[in-house]
Amino acid sequence: MNDLSPLDVSSATPLVPDEGVANLSRRRFLGVASGALVLAVALPHRRALAQAEGAGAIAPKPGTRVPAFLELRPDGSVKLLSAFIEGGQGINTAMAQIVGEELDVDPARFEVECAPPGPDYALVNGLRMTGGSFSTRSSYAAMRRLGATAREMLIRAAAGRLKVQDGELSTEDGKVVHAASGRSLSYGELAGEALLLQPKEEVPLRDPATFRYIRKPVARLDVRDKSTGKAVYAIDQKVDGMLYAAVTHAPVFGTEPEALDNEAEVKAMPGVHSVHRLPSAVAVAADSWWRARQAVEALKVRWSEPPKDGLDAMSSSFSSESLLATLKGAKEKGLPSETEGDADAAFAKAAKVIEAEYDAPYLAHAQLEPPSSIARFNPDGTLDLWVPNQMPELFQAVAAKTAGLSPEQVKIHSPLLGGFFGRHFMYGPSNPFPQAIVLAKATGKPVKVLWSREEEFLNDAVRPLSFSRFRAALDASGQPTAIEVKTVGEGPIARWFGAIFKNPVDSSAVEGIVEKPYAIPNRKMEFLKIAHPVNIAFWRSVGHSMNDFFYESFFDEIAEAGGKDPFELRLALLKDKPRHLNLLKAAAELSGGWKRGPYDAEGGKRARGVAMASPFGSETATIAEVSIAGGEAKVHQLWIAIDPGSIVNPAIVKAQVESAAALGLSSALFEQVVYKNGERQAKNYDAYKILSRDHMPEVHVTIIESGEPMGGIGEPGLPGVPPAVANALAALSGQRVRSLPMANTKLSGA
Amino acid sequence: MYEIDVNGEKRQADVEAGTPLLWVLRDTLGMTGTKYGCGIAQCGACTVIVDGAAMRSCQFPVEAVGDSKVTTIEAIEQDEVGRKVVEAWVEAQVPQCGYCQSGQVMAATALLKETPKPSDQDIADAMTNLCRCGTYNHIASAVRRAAA
Repeated sequence: MNDLSPLDVSSATPLVPDEGVANLSRRRFLGVASGALVLAVALPHRRALAQAEGAGAIAPKPGTRVPAFLELRPDGSVKLLSAFIEGGQGINTAMAQIVGEELDVDPARFEVECAPPGPDYALVNGLRMTGGSFSTRSSYAAMRRLGATAREMLIRAAAGRLKVQDGELSTEDGKVVHAASGRSLSYGELAGEALLLQPKEEVPLRDPATFRYIRKPVARLDVRDKSTGKAVYAIDQKVDGMLYAAVTHAPVFGTEPEALDNEAEVKAMPGVHSVHRLPSAVAVAADSWWRARQAVEALKVRWSEPPKDGLDAMSSSFSSESLLATLKGAKEKGLPSETEGDADAAFAKAAKVIEAEYDAPYLAHAQLEPPSSIARFNPDGTLDLWVPNQMPELFQAVAAKTAGLSPEQVKIHSPLLGGFFGRHFMYGPSNPFPQAIVLAKATGKPVKVLWSREEEFLNDAVRPLSFSRFRAALDASGQPTAIEVKTVGEGPIARWFGAIFKNPVDSSAVEGIVEKPYAIPNRKMEFLKIAHPVNIAFWRSVGHSMNDFFYESFFDEIAEAGGKDPFELRLALLKDKPRHLNLLKAAAELSGGWKRGPYDAEGGKRARGVAMASPFGSETATIAEVSIAGGEAKVHQLWIAIDPGSIVNPAIVKAQVESAAALGLSSALFEQVVYKNGERQAKNYDAYKILSRDHMPEVHVTIIESGEPMGGIGEPGLPGVPPAVANALAALSGQRVRSLPMANTKLSGA
Repeated sequence: MYEIDVNGEKRQADVEAGTPLLWVLRDTLGMTGTKYGCGIAQCGACTVIVDGAAMRSCQFPVEAVGDSKVTTIEAIEQDEVGRKVVEAWVEAQVPQCGYCQSGQVMAATALLKETPKPSDQDIADAMTNLCRCGTYNHIASAVRRAAA
């Protein structure tokens, strides 16, 4: 989600199916047939409250109610209930820094936990989610104000207690101090009465020049627990009396279990409690997960026949190759996604026209923690659900529908995520929690569903396979005068958030191709939607993950066709964009000055490529150094300059940029989910190769704080990497890779 | 019924032969610091130390443990080398999502017990566990720090 435009959440039609999930076929649950899925999230609560208690009782503005966020403990520690979910991006530490700065408590004494569902936490434009690299930038101002508001309340409480004026008091790391008398009171002592005070509307914020925690490389709060096995993820949760369930899903997405040939035999296996049919899956509940898995894998299931062909549902003839051919062959005109100047006229008088087709495959999230969920129905009829998620309120709403309860009867527990990269949004049949609910209902016991790694690779929702056709017009001097792009396919925003984001041009399909900063005067971009019969997902940096590879690679083709150095051409076309120009120069400087090569290094030839990207409100410039050995690309160095406007924690920013770069490189070199005959091919990491240590380059990051509005951090490091690598390979070998991953192309040695 | 030595204690597990040590640790003994990642000894999230050597417990059947001594992440700080590795991990701020890091710490501890001053090549050869967050450079730097 890149749009920061206000969300029209109140008009969204909730499409959580009325009959719950148990009776639904997978396809209907997926929502392909009925259009977009779901999504009335926080606002219904607010509306209902307003109706019940009059306009004056409208729920508080998100991020303003101190007791919803802070618990000030007698031992001097602070518990912060965060609107966001920690999954490696460091958001818990960032929240502690921001609140701690204004509250005046060392972030090291914070314990941060994901808050339960509630309107107080709808900090991303009225919505609550952890994604789109939105967390820090959307909540920074509100969380500073929250900390300052709480501090002011503590000072007032202390003034009452000490019988002095507010103005005579100051604070000092968790204490209110009366310097004149040498008396002080800890926040923990004051919390009870302070939190009962009416908060002030306006409180002074700290002068950024005096920041002690914000903009400092404060140590992450979670590294020791994560280095000693103490961090608890969804997969580690256990509740009394629970059964473990393992599942096998339909081999062809959307088909149904019709018969179980050996059910009695499987029921007699050690530890087995029961055997179940689920929408497009079968499950076994047992007294341990290993026994459940042995049993479910022993089940002989006959599945319904998928359609023979077509794109309305997964068919027995569907393949990645056939879908790509369909996207390439689509003749219909798309909707304009960006139009500037008169591209047709520029092409008509061009000295040279170049054209190229780019594609990128489906990608799995492949986060190391396989997904799981525990459902427990309580004697009072309520449901506790432990579920990895990036949107607690939405998961609560869908869980309630699935269980036949009201949302208030569902308690959502949002544990740490063992990696996410977009994996834990609501993806219908790609989330295990509805299975846990159905099985808990069926067995009358709490149930923990865990997907094996194989089930995860076969049923994860995937980054969409993507295709764009590029054309450029050049004048006699080799300058580009026009660019034209036709993008064909589907993005995850329209699939999953179509009820809210009504723009027919899906930004998640075209981001990275539109709104580029280069001064190419005539532009004609279009998007033609062709829906996939595949469950598609947000994947770290979403549309940018492939589109910046497409555009920035083609940019180098333009430079090549015009006889220009690709770095110099970027400089020339950014001459009126000081922010981008500065960033590009910073990346070059970080790499020791731009040199394209090829040049000799350590007994072989190497070359460099450059790429720029504008993802999630931040800007990046990336330079890659590569060599080729045995027909494969080897990336030695990445230099990345990032301008997120302003930052909270430079160490975490650098770590996130390096992490995103590693994932970008992984996708560029190796990754692909391949469909043949309607089935995914790779079932585990042996066949779905991800970046390992031996392909990890050195990564050098420099942060430029331009003072522009704060941008995202978790994703922006990724999109520049694949094109920088491809451009370096082209410089080295003359070979232009236009289809990812690069492992599919035999590179000529250099 | 199998009796195995885990972190210096004799523990019983009433499971079938063929049950991987990983699931005995996690579900039978409730020691969830050791992680399930792939089940096919590809990712290394389940790494424990068996008689001093790193072992991927997801492919190690319980009956093969015999009299061997199993050390898991839960006991890592009771070991002198393990303690140094943990300190280095904290100082180098290695973990991001953290899910693979139990296995990484166990692999690093096994390496340094065997080779107290590893070369870069030793580190590359021993530290083969996958990390989807891409913390590989921080891991290498932490191993060097722990060896110093």
